[in-house]
Amino acid sequence: MEVALEDNNLMEKVLPPDEQEIDVELEAKEKKYLRGEGANLESLKDKKLKTQLASREKLYGKSAKAAAKIEKWLLPASAGYLETEGLEKTWRIKQTDIAKEVRETVRDVAFLHNDQFFAAAQKKYSYIYARDGTELHCLKERGPVARLRFLKNHFLLASINKIGQLHYQDVTYGDMVASIRTGKGRTDVMEVNPYNGVVALGHSGGTVTMWKPTSQAPLVQMQCHPGPVSAVAFHPNGHLMATSGKERKVKIWDLRKFEEVQTIHGFHAKTLSFSQKGLLAAGTGSFVQVLGDSSGGGGGYSRYMSHSMVKGYQVEKVMFRPYEDVLGIGHSMGWSSVLIPGSGEPNFDSWVANPFETSKQRREKEVHLLLDKLPPETIMLDPSKIGAMRPSRRKERPTRGEIEVEKEVAIEAAKSVEMKKKTKGRNKPSKRTKKKKELVENAKKTFPELEHSNIAGKKRRIGEDAAAELPASLKRFARKN
Amino acid sequence: MRIKTISRSVDEFTRERSQDLQRVFHNFDPSLRPMEKAVEYQRALTAAKLEKIFARPFVGAMDGHRDGISCMAKNPNYLKGIFSASMDGDIRLWDIATSRRTVCQFPGHLGAVRGLTVSTDGNVLVSCGTDCNVRLWSVPRPSLEDSDLSSEKSTEVVHSICGLYLQECVILSFTSRAVDHQFEGDLFATAGAQLDIWNHNRSQPVQSFTSGSHSVISVRFNPGEPDILATSSGDNHISIYDIRMSSAARKILMRTKTNSIAWNPMEPMNFTAANEDGNCYSFDGRKNEEAKCVHKDHVSAVMDIDFSPTGREFVTGSYDRSVRIFPYNGGHSREIYHTKRMQRVFCVKYSSDATYVISGSDDTNLRLWKAKASEQLGVILPREQKKHEYNEAVKNRYKHLPEIKRIVRHRHLPKPIYKAKAESRAMNDAKRRKDDRRKAHSAPGTVVTESHRTRRIIKEVE
Repeated sequence: MEVALEDNNLMEKVLPPDEQEIDVELEAKEKKYLRGEGANLESLKDKKLKTQLASREKLYGKSAKAAAKIEKWLLPASAGYLETEGLEKTWRIKQTDIAKEVRETVRDVAFLHNDQFFAAAQKKYSYIYARDGTELHCLKERGPVARLRFLKNHFLLASINKIGQLHYQDVTYGDMVASIRTGKGRTDVMEVNPYNGVVALGHSGGTVTMWKPTSQAPLVQMQCHPGPVSAVAFHPNGHLMATSGKERKVKIWDLRKFEEVQTIHGFHAKTLSFSQKGLLAAGTGSFVQVLGDSSGGGGGYSRYMSHSMVKGYQVEKVMFRPYEDVLGIGHSMGWSSVLIPGSGEPNFDSWVANPFETSKQRREKEVHLLLDKLPPETIMLDPSKIGAMRPSRRKERPTRGEIEVEKEVAIEAAKSVEMKKKTKGRNKPSKRTKKKKELVENAKKTFPELEHSNIAGKKRRIGEDAAAELPASLKRFARKN
Repeated sequence: MRIKTISRSVDEFTRERSQDLQRVFHNFDPSLRPMEKAVEYQRALTAAKLEKIFARPFVGAMDGHRDGISCMAKNPNYLKGIFSASMDGDIRLWDIATSRRTVCQFPGHLGAVRGLTVSTDGNVLVSCGTDCNVRLWSVPRPSLEDSDLSSEKSTEVVHSICGLYLQECVILSFTSRAVDHQFEGDLFATAGAQLDIWNHNRSQPVQSFTSGSHSVISVRFNPGEPDILATSSGDNHISIYDIRMSSAARKILMRTKTNSIAWNPMEPMNFTAANEDGNCYSFDGRKNEEAKCVHKDHVSAVMDIDFSPTGREFVTGSYDRSVRIFPYNGGHSREIYHTKRMQRVFCVKYSSDATYVISGSDDTNLRLWKAKASEQLGVILPREQKKHEYNEAVKNRYKHLPEIKRIVRHRHLPKPIYKAKAESRAMNDAKRRKDDRRKAHSAPGTVVTESHRTRRIIKEVE
């Protein structure tokens, strides 16, 4: 993309107020494209590297500005909305206002990387079928599967079976990458976090555990609800997770701090789903409620729209359609879809997902996806860590000075303890002083490093931190790094 | 209330006829692209591996000389031709593009030819040799049917300084070691026991510089300033002369002698000197107390050096049978070329379109190499070009990570060079450790570590 060199002098002129407004808006959009803070170049000593990185950072800034401008001016479609006037509430608006086969039990279905293949978890085993229904593979290793999910970037088919085993299989060459015994029993609540590829399971004890294929122990275990977890859903930006429990609460969690952000009372949501724009759909009984976020960060979910079906229909699963303002509802009598304005992303990127793609484009895209297939080791809680600098460890260990200070404080605390005055002749002064000495010794014992170093003083390497404490004549022997 | 939902009409998003291009839409929102860094890393890894797969730098060898090749010259006006001269007096013009054969020969020298250069308009070839002759030849104009020139032709000496031939033997009572032509103008310089400046039409040197007892080994005119030239002499000096003045403008004394000098065509005040101790030193012509950069990678003496026309890289040929390509401001080579059949490399040239490197060596062959080993030659479609650029950029972004660094840095070295490098590394480590200890045990300030940029320079004169 050609980025014309901006004349920096223009930016310093005083702009008319509406242009200033546009500037502020553009800056807010720019933040999204900058993908986090810039690198800290002050601590670099290598001048060549510093100038190279500084010029690269400038280039990132320019490209973020250009992308923000494109988003503002050049994108072809705009999002849907539902605006009310006066005292109207959005949830009162009904759908009428807006417009007008295998004979076995199949527990779950999942599409693979495109719509040509799908996997079905049937009664005994799971099978992979082509689009027209021909059976391609029978996946016997997994046993009776309760849920199936596909990790798109890694080409992994993840499944949880009735015994509580988690299986990951690479569908490009059929290898079973991992089979993990979760140890928490049978569950059929499984979701994939699209931001980092981590699989979350909701258990009957109220815990949500997160797994990656390369480790046998879960990454995270969160106690979310007092009772069993009924449904889990992830926001597409990866920071928010919604869980619902049988005690009729829906909780919204922030995944960066693993803290609860919001609780919504009143109904037991059997199924949850987030849309591309952050709307949360919850289905209970024959009633579907869509919640919208009034605040940007995720704490302000409130009723946006609702839809109730005919009394006999039990809602099993809700799912938002990507790039459209449509919510699909799977219920006991079949499938229906409702319109939810403002839920889908209006502008698609042809290289990511093209609803209008031809078969030639689909075939090429498949090849490119395979070339970019990620190995299972890249699944981690924070995917932006790849390529980042390892934080320097030196600051973590407390310096010798700090340890000494802490030691002083502990000794002072031990000395100032009020000794209980004993009666009946047991209050001898010698015994009291002995007891006090014991307390001080115990306080000193909790700092074993210093103790040891006093003994083996000569052999100790004199660290950089200790250089400041050395007498001047010994400073030249401080170890340089 | 106002309601709007997303509605897309099919004709906006699909093409009308099958001859049209498919429509492409962009949305750069990062939330649509999960795990983009991991995908980029994967692409960088694939790009690094593909680069290694396609790395075939050797294009061909040109056989014909009967003795080791001593010098080469580029014709500034004709991209496909290169002149080479050997130790038995044989001068040839090669066509390196299509046929890799000799186009014509210039016989006449009786001994080894030591220097070759071409005038800027491409018409006159100047050669000098151990038989104390300096000869001027007229270069045949390339005809339109170049590809038909497959047979060897020998041309007569058209413009040898007739009548003065014998006289030259007398005047040049020394062998000349090098010759170079001015970039704009009619003057050329020969280096021998003294430095002489000649004009095409005169039989006596226009100007002479004598510089002590040692002979001048190499000479090079500055591409930016037509009157400035740099020379190196056998007593370890590098001198910069202005031909309008009567003595050297600047002189640098180093510890070992410099075999060859090349000026940076894009930054004409900087030059790089190929030294006998295996390093190349880049100097700023105006400030000579310390080198701008020391390029260390050769194991044995560096015999010749030439800059790329972009000014960003230079190629060196060394006595240790390898050809290396260095970045102009980096201390280590980015590429090494070697073959079992290539013996001591005496001269190298970077082609004028910055795509090829030509090396002439002791085994009588000229070898043609690609400057970028995995480059695709020929006409490249714009889509291919974009993909190459993307691969290059994404590989550079992650080239510090261990897996990718290992692939990008990996080169096979011939065993003698590998062993010599390991030995020199061990020696340098030991020396550095000892120096550190000596410094730690002396009073602060008495032991001064010399930086590499000044270490090999003894002093600057004038």
